[in-house]
Amino acid sequence: MSSIYLDHAATTPMLDCAIDAMTTALSKLGNPSSLHTPGRSVRKDIEEAREVIGREVGSLASEIIFTGSGTEANNIALKGLFWKRRAEGRNVVLISAIEHHAIIDPAQWLATHEKAEVIEIPVTNDGVIDCAFVEEFLSKRADEVALIAVMHSNNETGVLQPISTLVNLAGDIPVHCDAVQSFGKVPLSFSELGLTSLTLSAHKIGGPLGIGALVLKRGIEIPALLHGGGQEREIRSGTLNTPSIVAFATAIASHQYLSDAVTKLRDYFISSVHVLLPDAILNGAKSARLPGIVNFTFPGTQSDTLLLLMDSANVSCSTGSACSAGVHEASHVLLAMGHTEKTAQSSLRFSLGASTTQSDIDYVLSVLPDVIARGRAANLS
Amino acid sequence: MKLIAAMSGGVDSAVAAARAVEAGHEVIGVHLALSANPQKYRSGARGCCTIEDSHDARRAADVIGIPFYIWDMAEEFHDGVVEDFLAEYAQGRTPNPCLRCNEKIKFAAVLDRARAMGFDGVVTGHYARTQITPEGKTLHRAIDISKDQSYVLSVLTVEQIAGAIFPLGDTTKVDIRKEAAERGLAVAEKPDSHDICFVPSGDNAGWLRDRLGSETGPIVDQSGTKIGEHKGAYTYTIGQRKGLGLTVPTVDGSPRFVLKIEPVSNTVVVGSREELAITSMKGERPVWCGAAVTSTPTRGFVQIRAHGQALPCTYFFDGTNLHAQLDEALLGLATGQAMVIYDGDRVVGSATICETN
Repeated sequence: MSSIYLDHAATTPMLDCAIDAMTTALSKLGNPSSLHTPGRSVRKDIEEAREVIGREVGSLASEIIFTGSGTEANNIALKGLFWKRRAEGRNVVLISAIEHHAIIDPAQWLATHEKAEVIEIPVTNDGVIDCAFVEEFLSKRADEVALIAVMHSNNETGVLQPISTLVNLAGDIPVHCDAVQSFGKVPLSFSELGLTSLTLSAHKIGGPLGIGALVLKRGIEIPALLHGGGQEREIRSGTLNTPSIVAFATAIASHQYLSDAVTKLRDYFISSVHVLLPDAILNGAKSARLPGIVNFTFPGTQSDTLLLLMDSANVSCSTGSACSAGVHEASHVLLAMGHTEKTAQSSLRFSLGASTTQSDIDYVLSVLPDVIARGRAANLS
Repeated sequence: MKLIAAMSGGVDSAVAAARAVEAGHEVIGVHLALSANPQKYRSGARGCCTIEDSHDARRAADVIGIPFYIWDMAEEFHDGVVEDFLAEYAQGRTPNPCLRCNEKIKFAAVLDRARAMGFDGVVTGHYARTQITPEGKTLHRAIDISKDQSYVLSVLTVEQIAGAIFPLGDTTKVDIRKEAAERGLAVAEKPDSHDICFVPSGDNAGWLRDRLGSETGPIVDQSGTKIGEHKGAYTYTIGQRKGLGLTVPTVDGSPRFVLKIEPVSNTVVVGSREELAITSMKGERPVWCGAAVTSTPTRGFVQIRAHGQALPCTYFFDGTNLHAQLDEALLGLATGQAMVIYDGDRVVGSATICETN
């Protein structure tokens, strides 16, 4: 049988319309920076794509900077905003404790190499950032803060973060938001949120791998990481990847992700798991969450064992945590939510996508109890 | 059968996994991450748990066409093997960590976990053979005596041997490398690993000094007279002659050897070659790889080092300890090592040497 894919938060199948758009663009000649007719023609394709994405994310087209990945966009924003603001005497980088490594690691890099002071915003046991902490911190040290970075929703638990409240608290301090998981899944508007910058990635929404975007507020100039031909407001040099950009825009404009349907399937999955495995704990249960991400702790198990057994049963899911040499470490997200190393390592993330069906969920529910039972036995051995 | 293949990233375990697949088993490759802070690269022939090794194991699994996972056994390895290694040295004994790893990790933690998950056994690239006999599955030496690893497997119980699959025991190492190349495995020419995997520098004495300290103490002769000073008693081995730095020569100029290490008084005792000779040994915590040894003196062979000689002996079990009486005297035998009893090429059992005479 074919495998049941419940790891859409890692990457989701490319949409047919995006594959078609990309295939067409691949056979089209032209460097978008060239001044001649073919160059202008692909340039036009890119600018149209930029406008589409701008519309979808609630920004000006000119605020979109295409990058090679979401990670790259986060790096440009964090390092660029830090350097810009440090020149004004501000040295503190405020990030949430549950950020993706694409935020945590550049922040740590700034601490190690640029002497930045990185402060982590704690989260509640339900996985939401502690706004009172931010308020308290800013009441004392707002003048020192170079930037604040908080994700729109968490990639492991799906818990949505109070970005609007945070931006209000931040006042003049730039706020960067990694919206890789939220884009296309829940309402998201760059301008309404009042953000300085925001990160998007194509392959999480049915576009191709290897293309992302940084939405950077008009008029904000930051130092570049890559220098060269001066593309993308001189913030991201490099020949633009026309086929991927076109496919990215096609994917998001197709609106094939039906949030209500995914939410319904998710809720069915959650309630069924609670019936089958009454001791399973839904992480972030009390918080508003993305439609597609479900994170359960199964006490007495070890997630790498569960993953192997699920894989053997043709179900692809994830531990949600970072891998170091393929070794699953306890998730920093779950630890920040009050889990112990042990319980954090007993957790699985199931992420549903546009293509997930009721029968997919039913199949997973049919194998899950046996997997958990074997996982428990293996953990005791 | 459904099997877990333990894949180190080396040539042997890769071919073992491939052979298990070819034999019709359903095989899943597992690389054991044994270090909490793995090095990025292998240094020469040392170490087997770098990130590079896990990559090699993954690529071998790809080529063989089996699923591949990494199991984090760093904690179990640290507690069961590294800590044991340190504790044994601290008591003046000379342990064999590979043996402990087989006993506590590969055929305990891994096999137990595999069985609980619904697998039937564990495949490894060890050079050893098993045979199905009316008395059960027995453990034997490999055909390639120069690579035979039955010594380090002698800690396996009957139950563990039942779940162990050693597909390489009937082949020489040279042929395994050829076979790996024919199978398109990139690790075909990868150097063999030597030494202790968790001491990547290869400097055992330095590694022990860092962890156990280097408190100096006396080197004394058999009469108790101090004739030198050592820098950490546990960095010496029974039978060691070189590097003692003794300042008082013997009357006849004959060399002196380490006879005994006394951790409590932090003393190293040296003496003549004759004083080093032993003819009997006693081992504690015996493990039988088949039928239990009885109190009836039985003729057989005892091996006291991984690639040492099989020494003719008479052995028996007194109900607590395993005893072996050697036909000929042996020079330099450290406690802490394993005494492994063979009946021809069959492994009878083993025990940890606790006394020599």
